[in-house]
Amino acid sequence: MSLLSMLFGNKPKTAQVAKERLQLIIAHERDGGGNADFLPDLQRELIAVISKYVKVNPDDIRVSLEKQDRYEVLEVNIVLPEKP
Amino acid sequence: MTRIITVTSGKGGVGKTTTSASFATGLAQRGFKTAVIDFDVGLRNLDLIMGCERRVVYDLINVINGEATLTQALIKDKHCDNLWVLPASQTRDKDALKEEGVEKVLAELTHQGFDYIVCDSPAGIEHGAVMALTFADEAVVVTNPEVSSVRDSDRILGILQAKSRRSIEGREPVKEHLLITRYNPGRVEAGEMLSYKDIQEILRVPIIGVVPESEDVLQASNQGAPVIHQKESDAALAYQDIIARFLGEEKPLRFVDYVKPGILKRLFGGK
Repeated sequence: MSLLSMLFGNKPKTAQVAKERLQLIIAHERDGGGNADFLPDLQRELIAVISKYVKVNPDDIRVSLEKQDRYEVLEVNIVLPEKP
Repeated sequence: MTRIITVTSGKGGVGKTTTSASFATGLAQRGFKTAVIDFDVGLRNLDLIMGCERRVVYDLINVINGEATLTQALIKDKHCDNLWVLPASQTRDKDALKEEGVEKVLAELTHQGFDYIVCDSPAGIEHGAVMALTFADEAVVVTNPEVSSVRDSDRILGILQAKSRRSIEGREPVKEHLLITRYNPGRVEAGEMLSYKDIQEILRVPIIGVVPESEDVLQASNQGAPVIHQKESDAALAYQDIIARFLGEEKPLRFVDYVKPGILKRLFGGK
């Protein structure tokens, strides 16, 4: 690192960058960010249940988990077939 | 009372086997009857690091399958009294490592009066790694000052808290220790490497020691004698301190501060 950039401190040290990145990703993963393993199963079972009553395509059901600040939103989107 | 210590990390190549070898040797040097078990079925290497690769006849899987007795499979360490090595199988696939089998082997070691059983975990978070930590009383999480290693350590801590018998049965949780290896105080000082304080702050696990990056580790593995045997080596001293702290002694951290090389060293080079 050159004397000038040290004087003006315009470039953060890489260790500091590493620390901040780790703190963010680990907090996210501990919070269950990597914990939505149940989504594929949920989607499969929803398809099975709904198919009992309505004829739907597996692609017409979408399940997603989104994080908005302090809330997690589970969104289930089902497209019903048009009446023939 | 036998204590089971699992050396784990998630990430590969951070120094689990090096640490297992030196940790087990250090405990044995203190007079404790110690066994060190290689859980890396299919990729055994502890035997090489311990220098007993030519004496392997039977292995952990043979004992689990009843093809050999534990006494037949245990290899007496040639450098150190009180120390035995139980190698992993090189040929079988890792599913041969059955939970009941592992439990049986650990119970028999306990019955034989071992004070400490050190389990050298394979890398990853799959079956072998889970088997290595299932019965742990204490866990040594080996971490390098590097982002992927720190993240993987956090993952393995999560798995420890979810899958160890102690957690599942709601007993006192596994005692966790953070062990940082390949530390370079000069690069930390220059802001190029995470400091041990940073890593501890991120992982929130009490630190048991910091082993500096050392050329002696490779020299030790070349010769098949755990680095803790290398007198005067910084890495050996760091491991001896780690054993002391593990046994409850107060030892300030060494080799964590950058020492400017003296004028002679700067002029003439050297290690």
